[in-house]
Amino acid sequence: MGLALGTAAVVLVVLLWELARPTLKRALARSHELWAARRRGNAPLGYDPGRERRAEQRARALLRSCVTERDWEMYRDLGFLRVWGGLGDRGRGSGAAYAYLIYPHKPIVAYMPQTGELLNEYCVAFPDHSKPYGSSRLPDSDDVLAKWMALTADERRLVGEANMHLPGRQVDPDRVRRDIVRLRRWEQRLSADPASPASGRGGSSGWDPDNIRAA
Amino acid sequence: MKLLRMKPGHGEIVLAEGDVAVPEQERELIEAFRRELDAGMWAAVPTRAPSGRREAELVKSFAEVPRDAERVIFFPRAAGGAPPASG
Repeated sequence: MGLALGTAAVVLVVLLWELARPTLKRALARSHELWAARRRGNAPLGYDPGRERRAEQRARALLRSCVTERDWEMYRDLGFLRVWGGLGDRGRGSGAAYAYLIYPHKPIVAYMPQTGELLNEYCVAFPDHSKPYGSSRLPDSDDVLAKWMALTADERRLVGEANMHLPGRQVDPDRVRRDIVRLRRWEQRLSADPASPASGRGGSSGWDPDNIRAA
Repeated sequence: MKLLRMKPGHGEIVLAEGDVAVPEQERELIEAFRRELDAGMWAAVPTRAPSGRREAELVKSFAEVPRDAERVIFFPRAAGGAPPASG
């Protein structure tokens, strides 16, 4: 009786082992691959909100150190940057014929400051194919800074690299129009506030937000 | 002078730092600069005009970097046609 039970137990263990072996082998192989990838430093890491938040804080500090205090406040308060166009005959500055709105990880939107008319969307990205943390996407403020640097340094080149579309392809035109109104009101508030470090510098475009019209 | 590089999931990192007036340090800066350009990065030098205007200057070689520049920022080159969701 004991011998029969023992034999049955051995057979059962062997059967279970044979059944489980492929699964165990696959799990072991996967663990080994992950371990090796981690050693190489390119493991498919999961989303870490703490890391992303710290990255964004660094990116914001870098952006702030590169743009004017007024532009920094614009980005901080409104979530986008306005850059004057420099290819028109009026030159770059508050009297420029056109301007761009730079959003993080959205197309750059060109518009006419005098009328609020939307001109084009320029779809451009700065993918880092080395994907150090599993993503090629720069922090939001780094994306804005990259666009700002490329636009102010070589507007023609950036526009040439971008894919141009009519307004509304990716960014909601109504949202952009609202943002243009918000920007105008923000600048009016700044101009009226003598305590602001950004007041009275290149704020007026002579454009009336109530006259905004569809592109 | 500091060479900085934007990095996904991290923010900027310092690639190299040195005094361009010191030949050995300048050599290290040049080597780091070339590595980034070879990796396909764009290099920009933030500038400040006497009027207060802030802009950037794209540079293609270390020789184009102003000697008194404090920083050179490397970032991935622009690519059009991003996925519709991200622009």
